[in-house]
This record gives sequence, structure tokens and C-alpha cells, in this order.
Amino acid sequence: MTDTVSTGPTSSAAGPNIVSSRWDVADAHTLEGYRASGSYTGYAGLQAALALAPSQVGDQVRAATVLGRGGAGFPAGTKWGFCPPGVWPRYIVVNGDESEPGTYKDRILMERDPHQLIEGCLIAAYAIGAAQVFLYVRGEMAHAQERIAAALNEAYAANLVGKNILGTDFSVDIVLHWGAGAYIVGEETALIESLEGNRGMPRLKPPYFPAAKGLYLKPTIVNNVETLANLPWLMCHGVDAYKAFGSEASPGTRLVAVSGHVKNPGVFEIPQGTTTYRELFYDDRYGGGIRDGHELKMFIPGGASAPWFFPEQVDLPLEGRTVGAAGSMLGSGAIVVMDDSTDAVKACLRIVRFFARESCGKCSPCREGTSWEEKILQRILDGHGRPSDLELLLDIADNISPGPYPVAADPANGVDAVPFPPRQTTICPLGPSSVAPITSALSRFRHEFESKITKRNLISVGSASAPAAEDLHV
Amino acid sequence: MSEAPKPVVIDTPVTLTVNGTEVIAQKGELLIDACERAGTYIPRFCYHPRMNPVGMCRMCLVEVDTGRGPALQPSCMLECGDGMSVDTESDKVRKAQDGVLEFLLINHPLDCPVCDKGGECPLQDTTVSFGPGESRWVEEKRHYRKPIPISETVNLDRERCILCDRCTRFADEVVGDPLIHFMDRGANTQVNTFPGEPFSSYFSGNTVQICPVGALTATPYRFKARPWDLEEAESTCAGCAVGCRITVQSSRDQLLRYNGVDSDAVNWSWLCDKGRFGFEAVNSEDRLGTPLLRSGEALGPAAWSDALAAAATLITDGLARTGPEGFAVLGGSRLTNESAYAWVKLAKGVIGSDHVDAQLGDGLPADVVVGLPKATINDACRPGGTIIYLGPDPKEALGVLYIRLKHAVVEDGATLIELTPGRSGLSRYATASLVYRAGEAAAVVESMLSGPGATTDAVGGVDGALIDQAAALIANADGPITVVLGRPSVAESAATIVDAAALLHDRLDGVRFLSALSRANVHGALDLGLSPGLLPGRVRRSDAAEWFGAAWPTVPASDGLDAAGILQAAADGKIDTLVLLGADPLSDFPDRELAERALTGARSVIAVDQFLTESVQRADVVLAAAAFAEAAGSTTNLEGRITSLAQKVTPLGSARADWMIAVDLADRLGTELGLETVEEIWSEIEELSVLHTGVTAELLALPENQHGVVVPLVWPASALSDGDVTEAEAESDGETEADGESASAGGDGSEGEASSAADDGPETFGAPDPLAFEAPARTEVPAVDAYALRLVTHRSMYDNGTLVQHARSSAGLAAPAVARLNPFDFDRTGVADGGRVKLTSGSRSLVIEAVADATIPRGSASIPVGAANASVFRLIEHGSVVVDVRLEAVR
Repeated sequence: MTDTVSTGPTSSAAGPNIVSSRWDVADAHTLEGYRASGSYTGYAGLQAALALAPSQVGDQVRAATVLGRGGAGFPAGTKWGFCPPGVWPRYIVVNGDESEPGTYKDRILMERDPHQLIEGCLIAAYAIGAAQVFLYVRGEMAHAQERIAAALNEAYAANLVGKNILGTDFSVDIVLHWGAGAYIVGEETALIESLEGNRGMPRLKPPYFPAAKGLYLKPTIVNNVETLANLPWLMCHGVDAYKAFGSEASPGTRLVAVSGHVKNPGVFEIPQGTTTYRELFYDDRYGGGIRDGHELKMFIPGGASAPWFFPEQVDLPLEGRTVGAAGSMLGSGAIVVMDDSTDAVKACLRIVRFFARESCGKCSPCREGTSWEEKILQRILDGHGRPSDLELLLDIADNISPGPYPVAADPANGVDAVPFPPRQTTICPLGPSSVAPITSALSRFRHEFESKITKRNLISVGSASAPAAEDLHV
Repeated sequence: MSEAPKPVVIDTPVTLTVNGTEVIAQKGELLIDACERAGTYIPRFCYHPRMNPVGMCRMCLVEVDTGRGPALQPSCMLECGDGMSVDTESDKVRKAQDGVLEFLLINHPLDCPVCDKGGECPLQDTTVSFGPGESRWVEEKRHYRKPIPISETVNLDRERCILCDRCTRFADEVVGDPLIHFMDRGANTQVNTFPGEPFSSYFSGNTVQICPVGALTATPYRFKARPWDLEEAESTCAGCAVGCRITVQSSRDQLLRYNGVDSDAVNWSWLCDKGRFGFEAVNSEDRLGTPLLRSGEALGPAAWSDALAAAATLITDGLARTGPEGFAVLGGSRLTNESAYAWVKLAKGVIGSDHVDAQLGDGLPADVVVGLPKATINDACRPGGTIIYLGPDPKEALGVLYIRLKHAVVEDGATLIELTPGRSGLSRYATASLVYRAGEAAAVVESMLSGPGATTDAVGGVDGALIDQAAALIANADGPITVVLGRPSVAESAATIVDAAALLHDRLDGVRFLSALSRANVHGALDLGLSPGLLPGRVRRSDAAEWFGAAWPTVPASDGLDAAGILQAAADGKIDTLVLLGADPLSDFPDRELAERALTGARSVIAVDQFLTESVQRADVVLAAAAFAEAAGSTTNLEGRITSLAQKVTPLGSARADWMIAVDLADRLGTELGLETVEEIWSEIEELSVLHTGVTAELLALPENQHGVVVPLVWPASALSDGDVTEAEAESDGETEADGESASAGGDGSEGEASSAADDGPETFGAPDPLAFEAPARTEVPAVDAYALRLVTHRSMYDNGTLVQHARSSAGLAAPAVARLNPFDFDRTGVADGGRVKLTSGSRSLVIEAVADATIPRGSASIPVGAANASVFRLIEHGSVVVDVRLEAVR
């Protein structure tokens, strides 16, 4: 099967390429292609790991400060260390349920370089002593699933997965599991529930970490696809080479998926913590600039659940703590650029609707609150808004995520940044995520909401039931 | 909400501050419970003290500071820790509560005026107490078809549902019937059944009770009353021997609803549907409201004076012909304790006959039931304890005991070894499930008790490795073991189970037994002497004749016959007057042919009943008895727990309480029983029965004994004049009692009462010793007939019993009478699945549909006790050790 999925220029030549080195190689998804390409021999990282004791592999990952790439940015090596000693079996669950709007970095990794992921799984399994790895891939990503399945078959045939790998006494099975299409399953405890065959709903806490009690109540490490994809390179090139990229606090590289109103959208591998949003949007190696004739209006710096940034924040580096302090989050590295042609109310509704539909239905504030917000926003767009709706929206938001909600600084209006993360009345952050577009849009573009509400008064009685065409499609 | 927090024993106290006041709580106790105990109620919907918390509704958010600053946390998910500072009334908490309530109400239809829950609705109450007062919602509400029936008795209105996960959690976690679940997601989340599969759980009615809104309503109660029109009284369900506490609710002198009451010792607020909807039988149009008298072929209504006179004449004439030996009473397990005593006094103390049996050949010998050292349900379900289950399928026969045992195993880490002739509802939870060949329980027990490693061979159809596993579990048991003992199948003789019990009693140190006989007050009836060879107080007739001789006009001269013996004697023409005390031997006695011959052979039959059953139709005189909730008194459950029964409605027509009928009959026979009121009867029981010594009406009325008192408090000292064994047992009995009560009442009241009763027990001087179990000679079990299948028969929850038949909701739910066979045996015998087969055992036969069922062990046939025309009892010859049936296809 040929690649039909357009990802835009992936620009692996643009910067360091720890995980993206083979993206432009036609047959890198095959074992032969994987072995032939790249700066080292395929599965060399696994061999390097097998030459060490499992604990030494863990030490290297810890020393390299490999941060989780799923959104929270928690150091993977530290997470591995939470496995209670002496409790077996242990599992590794790979979170390939990437489904936040604008996020598609893991999909590219799985489609174009599945062996790199498998090798990463093997290294992690070896380090923590897992005998089984579950690769949970989002249901809609058929191409990725097929590529991984084919790669797994090759790897099994080549004795890279299965019993006595490469003649050692290390054995591990990798199971490919297809999700059934629920965003919330990207939350690790909901993912574990789904893997067990239950409805995908977040698990109650405590225990806080699946590392203690996860899949089948056994110690379970849930890692993101990109996190594991870093391991082969790390094992081949060592901690120092890895730490040569990025910043002190956030070493290595990370993938960012830039979408929206830039000339050159795509997935880019950038050094962690040093690249700024300005470079990412305007540099020809990356976004290549905002569409001609338009200016940047706002951007989402880290996935649909991140509070919006505005032109004032464009010089911030893509570094977790900096972005957090500025009132948003780096999250899963999904950056959505919106220029001045964007209707803030429609953008807000689009994102709120996503969360309303993806709410698992467990916590009352999220289940009822998100759909209420969606209805109000839709009503405003339909020309039936009321002046009181804006305060209502903010108060519903406050009942889901008791304020003050994280927001970017607005120096012109004397607003200071409220740092991430938000507080929540819910079990998981999905409900509070729906608040981000509302507080963000209302903080800067309240007049756009108000004009839609006042416009309603201008609709003549005869056409009251037929709102203007441009308000219908969002 | 109505559910009070679980009782808690504080042995590891932690101190926290709740709204500025110091509160002592048990470490690990949930904050929501600790606050409520301290007088601060935190609103909630999803939290139920008898289920695991889910933290779903978010109504119970409070501000908690554990040292890192105050944060909103769900108090149902948070365990109390030392130094915790809790604010349940801060502005932030108020805001969150307002918010959550508003969220829950935006899509709620607010159709309270036509909602059954209106007036007792937690959503209403919480809104009034904690809500924002008005809604800002102007959008269209969610709409669903309303209501949809999800079972025979439960309707679901998804518009009213606030998705608290109580019903779904109950179905899954509490009873293991996950037949309802959430569907879809977000605001479209809804509770529903799986397509085409109804919520056919025996416990579905509990979901109606715990629903915090009117989303789940019960067909039998729907639109019948408003809560403020109901009167209620607390009572004990008479559906089986578990003795669940209930509130009986009525309006306009008609029973309308039973709700479960949280008795920590017994039912934890749960009920089975048979019990919950049992009031329908009381309201049945088929009830007898007047006595009936035979004239020729037909029974016709009669005045009480005529009916009693006729009955007295029959008895007097019979006594003149045959003396007391010709008088027999069958049944009585339906009676209250007081009625049972009145009838014992009439039969044994006035007429002088010992041919009295409350059991109908489907239980266990009385000396086994009353003579083995006893355990309570809480003893059996002790966390980390070990239970050996040898009895009927508890999910079918003793619904709420099943819930308790399942909870003990699944949640509290108890070990369960199940011995059963066929898979039961408990099998999937059992640590080891030993499916033995009917009749061979004792052999399996013997092998199991020989210790781990003693055997590798299969015994009684059970794999050697499995027996060895059970043996290891017993060897490693932490603390004393409880045996739950009943009759697994009436197609194997009680003697084989007694043999197994004797082995367990003999070989296991400190073992205690919890009876699993299922008839409502059978334990009270046996305790009060409604059994041959016994007199009131778990004493042998031979030991207590003198004691009762001093108080009663007479006592029987010799031990009488049990039910089978009575029926055989009647068939042989030796019984002149047979009294059916709520007994229907034609459909209930496990030998239909013998019951037929007995009713024909008895010269006269007097029936005391609520319904015109098949047997009652054969009576000469029928005396209409008052039903449950129509007569006050007390009852005894399978633990020996005495609880009160309330009269809530007037008896139908001129029906009378059973004890009044006994008193009236005695009067006509020329002897005053000296029993004028229920209270008088109880005080005579307390005075004469050593078992009930000290259990005064005053003691029972104490608030801490609201949910009953286990007898004996202690055996009276004078009743223990000799025999070290008895003394030791009595002592440990006392301990058990105190343990059980401290868990339920949280006080040491019963212990105090117990010791004072023992101290000042002069009135018990010369009292008889309690009966101690003596193992009988071992019964020989016939070898397997390779050409036959061994019969297993059991009662299902809806078993076509009298009360089930007359309760509208359950009448249609009786399990069909089919023979279930292992598919292997189909192949072997050439019978087709779903085809009709003729089963033959000796001279008896039964034609029945045969169905393949892989859960039935090879070589056995399982038939539920069912409809009379296909009654498995037609196949059983009473007295046979096992029933082996030959099988042939009917073309």
C-alpha cells in the first residue's frame, strides 16, 4: 500500500532527527527498509540494550530525562521506577490513541516507521521486565494499524519479538489492539479499562499511577508512541548525544504537528525547549509563514485542550514549564494556527463540540456542562444569543473548572497570565479542557460574541427562523 | 438520602477537623461517612454505603486540606487521614454543589407531579436543601421514550435518570448480574439493557429502591400511592429464612410496598424480588377470607363457630378412636414464633401427640439443624474467613445470603469452598467449587478432610486435584471455619448430608454451622418444638418432658414421626386427624405418590391456610389464616435471630392469626391454652424455653436490638449442669453472639443483658439441657448405575410455591420444568435436545422436555421443583438415598 495520507512536508532534514530520520524513505516501514536506512542499523538499539542489565537501561533513560510525549511531559524513566518491586507480571501499554484535534504526530510515526516503535517497546519491556506489550492504536487509524501489524509479523518472523529474542533469554509478546473510537481512551486509565474490555472511562484514583495497579490490576507502564520511539536512538547514541539536543530541563527533540493557517503545515521534529513559536510559524524549515494577506490572530500551542495564545506569546519557546507559566500547555504538540479570517466564536464552538461529544458521561459537570456550553454557543451563532449568555458560559465553565482558569497575559488590557493547569470538579481533565476555548475566546474576542448577540436584534421578524447563511456552517 | 453510613468499629482512630470541629474517625473510613456520623451531612447521589464509591455525580465535593492547601475533592472517594481539615460549607463548596445540582437538573424532566418518587425523591430533597433555587437552562431537554420496561417488574425512564451508576453498579458488583449498563456517551449517555436481553435479575427491585430519582419504578407499585399517603412499620420479610428487615408500607389498609432496611447483621438493605414483591400474594384475590366446610364433594363457606366446632369434633372423635397417636400436624414453617408455640402447645401439650413436623421432608433432621454449633451470617462472612458451602443454590433459595456470601468472597477476601451436586449461582465466585455426584457429599468431605496431599484420586465424581486444593485451603484457613449447611438437592437423602456434616463437625476444630434451610420461619418452628422428638428451646422431648409436664396439661409419651413417617402412617390408615398447618404436601413433599396416598388414607384432614392449595382442596375443614403483615409476632431466621413482625393491615375477611386458631381449637377441645395475646405467648416462651431465656419483650424493644437478637443469649447455667463439651460450646456461643451484635448494634447491650440473664436465672433451675448433635451411623450410598443418570433437583427463586403463584409479578416467572442434561449424555442416550424424554426410576416415571446444558455434570439430570403436572416429586420415592433415572426418548 502506498502512502496516501498527506502529512505535508515532514521536513526531517530541517533539524535534528532522532525519530523522524526515515520518514521520507519509501520502504522504511518494512524490516528490510528499516535495517537499511537511517544513521544506524535497525534494531541496533535493542542489541545495545540487551548488552546491558535491565536496570542499566532504565538508568540511561532516567539520565537522559526522556520526557513523556503524550501531553503531561512526565519523565519516562521516573515513571518506570514506580513499578512496585517484586510484583509480576508487569505490562507495557503503548498509548497510540492519539485523537485530539490537530494531533497527528504519532500517526506518522506508526505509519512510516513502525519498526522503530516496536524496537522502542522491546527496549522498554526489557528495562522493566514486562513479558507483554499492548499496542493500543486508535480505531480510526487503519493505515497505522496495518503497517504495525505487518511490521510485527516481520519482527516475529525475524525473532525480534517473541520467545528468546535474538538468542537471549529475553522473551516478550507484543499485542496489537484496535481502539473503538473514543478520545477519552487517550487518558491512560480509561485506555486500560478499554483494553480490559470495559467501557472506556477513567479509573478512580487512587491508586494514582497504573505503574502500581494498572492493566488487570498489575503494574503497568503506559507510554506514548513518540516516547518509546526515542529509545532505539538513545540506546545507539547514548545519553550525552541525546542531551545535546534541546534544553537542560527538556532534552532531546519533540514532534510538533502544525496545522491551520500556515503555508507549510506538517509534523516537524524540533529540539525540545529551544525553538520558539515564531520560528515554527515563520521559518521556512517549518511553517513558512502565515497565509499571504493575513495575520496571526491566535494559536493553540498544545492541542485542543490548551488555552489559546495570541501574537504576544509568539516568541515563547516550546518548553513545557515556560508555556505552562504563560497560561497554557505544550501538551501533545499539536499547534493550530488561526489567522485573522477566523471567527473566534465558531472556533470556540468547534472545539467545545468536540469535548461535548467525547465526554465519557461519567462526571455530571463534564457530561452536562460541555453539552450545555455547546448548545449556548450554537444558539449564539444561530442568532438567538442573549446578552446574559456570556456570563452564563463563564459560570458553567467555572462549575466545571473552578477558576481562575489559565489564560495568556494580555498586556494591552492589563491582564496577567494565569498559569496552567486548571482546577477541576471532575475525575479527569476532559471537562476542564472544554473550558479553554471559552475563556480564551472570551478574554480577547468578547466583542465578536457580543456582535453576534446584538445582530440577532437586527434580524427582521419575517426572517427570524432563517439566520444568515454564514452563521449556519461552522 | 435514606441510606445511613455503615456501622464502623474505630480501632485505628484518626482526628480530622470538619467545619472547625474535631472529629474522630476510623483510619481509611470514607470522609462522607465520617462527616455524616459526626452530624454533617454531605449531599450525594452516586454514593451508596453498601457499594464501592465511583465519584460520578460530583455532588459530594468538599474542600479538603491535607497540608497542601484546600482543594475540592469528592468526599465519597477520600479516606479519612490524620490532620485532614475539611470544609463542607465554604463558598467554593456551595458554588460547586449549586453547579452540580444545576447540571443534574438541566435535562431532568421535572415531572414530579406524576412521578412515583415525588415526595421521597433524593433529587427533590437535595435540590431544596442544597440547590441553586432556579435554573438558567433555556435549551430543549433530552428526550427519550418513557418509560421502557426493562424487566417484568422494573420500568426505566431515561429522561429522569441522572446517571449516578447506582443501579448499574448494583447489578454488576452486588449481585453479579451485569444486565444493565451505560450506552453511548457524553450527554447521550443512557442506562439500558443489552438489546433483546431483559434485566432478568432476581434482585432487580433493589435498583428501584436505590434509584435517587424516579428513573426506575416498580410495576407493582407504579401509580398506586404517593409517599405521603403511606403508613409504614418495620418488619421482617417472610419470603425465606434469611430474615431480611423491611418496612411494610400500606395505604387505605392495603399493602403497597416493601422496602429493604439496612440491617448490618443480615441484609444490608438488599431484598430479593420474591420477597420485595411478596405483598402481592397477601393482596391476592385467591386468598381465603372465611373458613370452609365440606359438604359432600364441595367445600363451602362457613361461620367460624361452625368450622371450629366441626374441626373440634373431628379431633375429639379421632382421639376417641386412636388416642393421641392418630393425631398429626404437618407444616408450620410459615407461622410466627408465637403461633408455632401455640400450635406446639396444642398438639403436644394438650392433645399429647408428637407427630408434628414443620419440615416437609425437604430439609434436614431437626437435631442437626438445632444441635450443631451455630454461626451468624457475619461470622460466616468474616473478612478473610473460610466458608464451606453445602446447601441449595443460595442465589435461588436464599437470595440475600447469596449477596452476603458473594460480597465476603469478592470484596472481603473470604475463601469459599463449595460442595454442590450441580453448578450454583455461587460457583463462579467460589475459591474451589467441588461438583460432587449426588449422594456422595460425605465421601468427598472425608477425602477433603484427610489433609492436603492425601489423595490424588477422584472421589464422588470430584477430581482429586480439586479435592486436594480444597484440602489445602482448609489446612491454611485463618481462624475457625463456617459451614453453611442445607439440603443441596431433595433427590439425595438428608442422611447423606448429615454424614458430611458429622465429618465436618468432628474433624474441624471450632467449626460452626449456619443453617441454609430455606422455609421462612422453619428455624423458629424447630426452636419451638414443631418437630418430632423436640420441645420448645432446642431440647429433646426425652430430656424436657418433666420440665414441660409441670407447665403444660400433658406431654407426648414417646417420640413421634417426621413428615415422611406421618404421611406413611396416614397412607397406612393409622392417622385419624391430619392437620395441614400451611402445608401442601401434594406439591411440596418430595414423593408425590406417598402424599397422594396419605391424603386419601387420613380419615379427616383439617387445613389451616391462606390459599386453597391442591392439598387444602382435599380437607374437610379449612380454617382461614391471616397472612404476613396481618398478624403481629416475631420470627427466627437461619442464624437464630429473633426479629419482630409487624401487623400493618387488617386480616382479609374473617381470617385469623394461626395462634388464635390454636387457642380457639383448644378451647373447643375443653382446654384453655392460657394464651390471650401475642405478648403473653412470648412471655411464656421466654419463661419455658431455655433457648429464649432472657430474651424478654423489653430486651427486644431496645433500640440496639431493632434488628433482632440471636438466641440463645447464653444457655442458662442450670441447663449446663453436666458435660464439659456443652459448657464450652455455650461459652463460645455467647462470644459469637456478642461479636455479631457489636457489629450490628455497635453496643455491648446484648452482652450485658446476656450475662445478667445468666446471673439471675433462678427460674431456669431444673431446666432441660440443650440438645447436642450426635452423629448417626453412616449411610451406604448405592454405586453408580452406568445406564442411569443421577437426579438432582433444586428449588428456583420462582418455584411455583404458593406465595409465588399468587404474587402477580412473579407468577409468570417460574422456571419451566425441564430436565437439563450434559450434552455428552444426549449423545450417549440418543435423545434430541429439546425433545421429550421419559424418565424412569423404579416404578415411577415422568415425561418431560430435555435440554442440553454443559454446566450439568455428566451422568446427572437436573430438574427444578416446578409445576405440579410435571413435578419432579413424581419421580422420587421418599427414603431412597439417591434417585437414579433411566432415560428414553418419547417419539
